Amino acid sequence: MSQRVSVVENILNANDRLAQENRQRLDTAGVFSLNLMASPGAGKTSLIEQTLPRLAKKLRVAVIDGDIATSIDADRAAAAGAQAAIQINTGGECHLDAVMLQQALNQLDLSQFDLLIVENVGNLVCPASFALGTHKSVLVASVPEGDDKPYKYPGMYRGVDVLVINKIDLLPYIDFRMDYFRRGVKVLNANLVEFPLSCRTGEGLDAWVEWSLGQSK
Amino acid sequence: MHELPVTQSILEIALRHAEQANAKRITDIYLVIGQLSSIVDESVQFYWEIIAKGTIAEDAKLHFERIPAKILCLDCNQEYAPGDELVCPNCEGMHVKVIAGEEFRMDAIDVE
Repeated sequence: MSQRVSVVENILNANDRLAQENRQRLDTAGVFSLNLMASPGAGKTSLIEQTLPRLAKKLRVAVIDGDIATSIDADRAAAAGAQAAIQINTGGECHLDAVMLQQALNQLDLSQFDLLIVENVGNLVCPASFALGTHKSVLVASVPEGDDKPYKYPGMYRGVDVLVINKIDLLPYIDFRMDYFRRGVKVLNANLVEFPLSCRTGEGLDAWVEWSLGQSK
Repeated sequence: MHELPVTQSILEIALRHAEQANAKRITDIYLVIGQLSSIVDESVQFYWEIIAKGTIAEDAKLHFERIPAKILCLDCNQEYAPGDELVCPNCEGMHVKVIAGEEFRMDAIDVE
């Protein structure tokens, strides 16, 4: 005999629940956390490299790096002054999820840190669907990617709290219409906090670092 | 894309509810997927045939109910389906809210 069973459950419910647990752990330990997302090559790791020395002596920072393979990013974060740098190799998975973050958190004594920076897998699609439990989501866009990315990847632009626009030193050389870009962003996410900057020249980094400091206290 | 972990979640949820209902077999699974959720039905179906094998959901048919995106313009109160852009076609307003199209849930299963 056939029977209909009502379910009405979010498909990513398990991930969302675990993300809440991660958040509670971070809150209990007093650690502020960022989830850095971007396409490959936008400058997530460069941003971390430029940010860490500017936070030295002010905040104790841990970095968790997600990549399909290698520990290149965690090594760079450690060299830039992270008090702890943990590499997660996702083994082909295109995003971090709350389970992976939980496992990485298990390797850290959270009482020793003020700020946790999670560097997600370079990808403008999948990371947007999987909550980690971090406090703020940061999208690192970059000028060479082109000004049409908010139009092509609306899910990512809609879901973040902060937008870093990296590589602004390249604006004179690239047909990047800032007005067109910002128009696409605004309709998706009117309340985004925006930081145009260049990790290469250092322009604009102070405002971003100030924001990170202010949030972490 | 991340259809494999999504398909694993679908299986986990269906099996859990079937077990609670003391079911022997799951015959149908009803999914509600908004247009703005980036999931490809065929890809979920592909993984499903691999991962559901050997479970009581092995022969279950996946039903995908697609919900079109609907946007509300907060400037002029017009509801519309988005084109390439989300900007309001009526007043070109930029203050918009997604009111449908983000669904990503399982509504029900049929069991025996």
